[in-house]
Amino acid sequence: LTQAEKAAVVTIWTKAANQADAIGAESLERLFSSYPQTKTYFPHFDLSQGSAQLRGHGSKVMNAVGEAVKNIDDIRGTLAKLSELHAYILRVDPVNFKLLSHCILCSIAARYPTDFTPEVHAAWDKFLSSVSFVLTEKYR
Amino acid sequence: RLLIVYPWTQRFFDSFGNLSSPTAIVGNPKVRAHGKKVLTSFGEAVKNLENLKATYSKLSELHCEKLHVDPENFRLLGNILIIVLAAHFTKDFTPACQATWQKLVGVVAHALAHKY
Repeated sequence: LTQAEKAAVVTIWTKAANQADAIGAESLERLFSSYPQTKTYFPHFDLSQGSAQLRGHGSKVMNAVGEAVKNIDDIRGTLAKLSELHAYILRVDPVNFKLLSHCILCSIAARYPTDFTPEVHAAWDKFLSSVSFVLTEKYR
Repeated sequence: RLLIVYPWTQRFFDSFGNLSSPTAIVGNPKVRAHGKKVLTSFGEAVKNLENLKATYSKLSELHCEKLHVDPENFRLLGNILIIVLAAHFTKDFTPACQATWQKLVGVVAHALAHKY
């Protein structure tokens, strides 16, 4: 990520941080509605709209994104434990990270339309790709 | 946005002139005109949902045999369109709305790839 891209990521996060939980829950809702196959990873969850588990999990996801933003120069180190969790325990197929990233972008675009310029969009797409890459790089 | 977020897609648009920066792309009249062409075609799809393969038959041949576009690009553009809709319609672009549009861009991409 270039300096400009890092700045673009941080700018949005500064606004999004205090709505992080809601954005997380909404992104998951978008994921499960648009891509029902992703629900197969959550047979143990109540996935109905507004469910406590959905909100809790959305929170978890966005906290991790937030940590990556705060440590944008060392995403690999920051997400090392999460990377291992996904590789050895969760084993979510890598294709799903693209799907969730897309849904996070939709949630951000819907909430911050004027801030979400093409350049900011590109920066976030790249950033979430980096996060996804780190989370799947220990798979094999 | 497609040309900015996924710059490798510029490979299909050598004749469009200056695509050297986001500012150049956003201000480029050929990009604007082509966006209009593509969205107008999308409109045709929406009007012919029962018969997409036939509606897009010629366009599919064109994209395959003349334009040599990898169908993966249809998927990329479809998702960009969805993000543009999200920014445009904000809270009206609910998860349910998005799910419907994901299906639409999916079947349009499929119809465009059909003649390959």
